[in-house]
Amino acid sequence: MARAASFSQLRFERIRRSFGSVEALREVTLTIRKGEFIALLGPSGCGKSTTLNILAGLLPATGGAIWLDERRIDTLRPEERGFGMVFQNYALFPHMNVRRNIGFGLAMRHVARGEIARRTDEAMALVRLEGHADKLPAQLSGGQQQRVAIARAIVIEPPLVLMDEPLSNLDAKLRLEMRAEIRRIHASLGATTIYVTHDQEEALSLADRIVVMQAGGVRQIGTPDDLYARPASLDVAEFMGFRNRLAGEAIESDGAQTIVRVGAAHLRAAGAGPVAKGTKGALVMRTADLSPAPPDASTIPASVTAGEFRGDGFVCSGAGEGGAELWFTSPSRLTIGERVHLRVDPARARFYPEAGA
Amino acid sequence: MAAAPSARAPFDGVALLAAPAALILCALFLYPFAYGLWLSFVPAAGGALANYRKFFADPFLYGTIATTLWLALPVTLLNLAVAVPVAMRVRLMRNQRLLTTILVLPITLGVVLIAQGLLTYLGPQGWFNRALMTLGLVSHPVRLVHDYWGVFLSLFLTGFPFTFLLTLSHVSGIDPALEQAAATLGANARQRFLAVILPLLAPGLAIAFCLSFVQAFSVFPSAILLGAPAGPTRVISIAAYQAAFEDFDYSMASAIAMLMGGVQLAIIAAVLGLRGLAYRGPAGGGKG
Repeated sequence: MARAASFSQLRFERIRRSFGSVEALREVTLTIRKGEFIALLGPSGCGKSTTLNILAGLLPATGGAIWLDERRIDTLRPEERGFGMVFQNYALFPHMNVRRNIGFGLAMRHVARGEIARRTDEAMALVRLEGHADKLPAQLSGGQQQRVAIARAIVIEPPLVLMDEPLSNLDAKLRLEMRAEIRRIHASLGATTIYVTHDQEEALSLADRIVVMQAGGVRQIGTPDDLYARPASLDVAEFMGFRNRLAGEAIESDGAQTIVRVGAAHLRAAGAGPVAKGTKGALVMRTADLSPAPPDASTIPASVTAGEFRGDGFVCSGAGEGGAELWFTSPSRLTIGERVHLRVDPARARFYPEAGA
Repeated sequence: MAAAPSARAPFDGVALLAAPAALILCALFLYPFAYGLWLSFVPAAGGALANYRKFFADPFLYGTIATTLWLALPVTLLNLAVAVPVAMRVRLMRNQRLLTTILVLPITLGVVLIAQGLLTYLGPQGWFNRALMTLGLVSHPVRLVHDYWGVFLSLFLTGFPFTFLLTLSHVSGIDPALEQAAATLGANARQRFLAVILPLLAPGLAIAFCLSFVQAFSVFPSAILLGAPAGPTRVISIAAYQAAFEDFDYSMASAIAMLMGGVQLAIIAAVLGLRGLAYRGPAGGGKG
């Protein structure tokens, strides 16, 4: 399919939205380049769906502006924006068959009948729905309905494709399949896509850049590698799967590395920059990066409280000094109550100074 | 339950709970209906079909069918035409309950009270006419009561809340995401209504039409109080009433009642037949 109406960048300028006295979105500023796959990632209620709905025109912004190059679009009605949107519950027209659903946007644009048939066929082939053209949505499985929703959004060749948690209604296996499908479709069309999700794995695997949102604001924007390895703040780190959090104090820092004292142990961690000696803060680590090792000055003692078999090993929890809960992996089964010493890869642990410190 | 399934389902005692309802239905509906039907075929004079022949021979009698349809059909259509946009709007409101209460209030007033109000309000000395004359819009009072329009208005007022509530429940059943999806695909408000809302609403509207129509078709009190019972609003129920309680010809009255039912049935059958052509599945957009 040929790419139609294009643009070079989409700009959010201090977009705000409040519902009564509740501020759902506070000053979101963001620039998206053509062809990018952007994931808006955050817990529920963070404002990611609000952002998408404002962009689609389904919800007016309380303040700010959205620019598509030099054209201001936040004042346009949704039907004037021409973006393709995939809804969380698919929102297929129940009284139209697959072909009419997919061709709906083209029919609204008064495209000639033959052209509609040709492009609908192409779109059905792209999402692998050949042979289902005459079925009603209710006769399709969840995954097939999802494909119709995607085909319906991309057949109009929109400058922007918006997806609102499109996989959240599918079971785990289908979710993986459709994830691959969405990646394949994006690769073959190159359409600029904005994808809302609360699933960090989905965001990491699909997006070129991830926008992490929390409490109505943007916390960090970066590539998946960036976000995975270097979350900018403690909030983002916790959301990105840094499950272990220990209170510590910096005793030496050179910008690249900080040595943190946690109890009696001295651990190396990467950090946002040099911190003053004596700074208190939080040391965070992923479950997968923490595992039992022979005791030395850089290990944390803990007693095992539970273990779960995960096929290639065990995910365990333990109680550290002062009762802090720790999550770690072990290649072998551990008995509950067993004393272990845990070591973390210094490149994988991160230290965040306390707010206001 | 027995291990081996028997050919006949075992008697289920719970089914007996439906017995009182079935009994009441027989006593209050089936028996009077059957009795009326039988009665209509035993006229005071002539053969079994004499009543029906008499009805269709006398324009003063058969004309009532057209008169009643001429009232009931436009009122029902107007009711629906007003109820749909109002329901579409009310669906989006946050203070739905207050507005719905106000709209539904006329139901609680009763037909006679509304007729009484309209008589004073729309009569030759009523506010409405006096206002029109004060403003110089008319020189003589407009004739609204004791005429077609008085009955029309009263039927509209008493029928609207009912039609509105039925329509609102159908409109609310349509997933708002469908309209949003249509909007993002380039459909303007008119296209969204015609291509998405209306087809999904059609089966519900057909039901609302039937129920409102039956109510309007059996109009009696307002046709007498507000209309011209000897002229333009001589509806079919008046003809039946006169046969029964002025001529004391119960057989003829029964025949008219049967014809009344027949007309209603024919209209409803036609509307439901059309409904069969529409989509009747769920009005949701998928999972969720």
